Amino acid sequence: MTPALFVGLCLAGGVGAALRFVVDGLVRERTSGTYPVGTTLINLSGSLLLGLVTGLAASAVVSDDLRLVLGTGLLGGYTTFSTHCVETVRLAQERRWRASTLNALGTLVLGVALAGLGYALGSAG
Amino acid sequence: MTGREELPLDSDVEVEESANRLRPVHLRLRFVLLVALGGVLGTAGREGLALLLPTTHVPWATFTVNLVGAFVLGALLEALLRRGEDHAHRRAIRLSVGTGVLGGFTTYSSLATDTVLLRDDPGTALAYALGTVVLGVLATAAGVAVASLVPEGER
Repeated sequence: MTPALFVGLCLAGGVGAALRFVVDGLVRERTSGTYPVGTTLINLSGSLLLGLVTGLAASAVVSDDLRLVLGTGLLGGYTTFSTHCVETVRLAQERRWRASTLNALGTLVLGVALAGLGYALGSAG
Repeated sequence: MTGREELPLDSDVEVEESANRLRPVHLRLRFVLLVALGGVLGTAGREGLALLLPTTHVPWATFTVNLVGAFVLGALLEALLRRGEDHAHRRAIRLSVGTGVLGGFTTYSSLATDTVLLRDDPGTALAYALGTVVLGVLATAAGVAVASLVPEGER
């Protein structure tokens, strides 16, 4: 990896993180309750898009450099595992076991399904 | 006002500055840039580790990054919570290090996509995906527990 590509990837990650912050805040303004809808939507949309970018790169529609910047950088920074875990633990701390389990396993099942859909669409194209 | 019950469930939620009606935190450039800067550093850490570690069938670099990030974020947010309200420097730390660095360091999209890429080896795919999530939640709980061993600061 060239230094320029590494820098581009990291800057894209910063843009992704900022995007996550803004999207999460906007979702939060429009939802009530404490279920982490924002992070869930972010992680699901990011999984679909990373699957798509990865599929497009597999079928050589997208270059490997662009996959690294958009996929590893932007979407890697946009989605987050750590906040997802904290929100799962906080639901468990409130003894909302079903919500906690749904957040952990539901997001995983849907996220993998959406990444698979994105990949199928991308690699077919 | 000592109850943890009053604190928001979500790590990124903001405690109202009731005195002045400011724009929400996520629409203030200063805070957005703070998160972005943290995100650049977190992404650099994630990709840096991926470049250092050998490429393997199971994405151990992503696995490691996600578990370490889950542990540290659990510890960080618990420590901040115990020190008092989410204002000024505590909010700046939460947004730059928590939302920015650790949010950018860890990744959910790679977890989902790498699981798809392991589709020819379903047992490993399942173990990787479930293992990351279960151990990640346990890592966060461990981080919270470690931070709660530290004596509380002034409120």
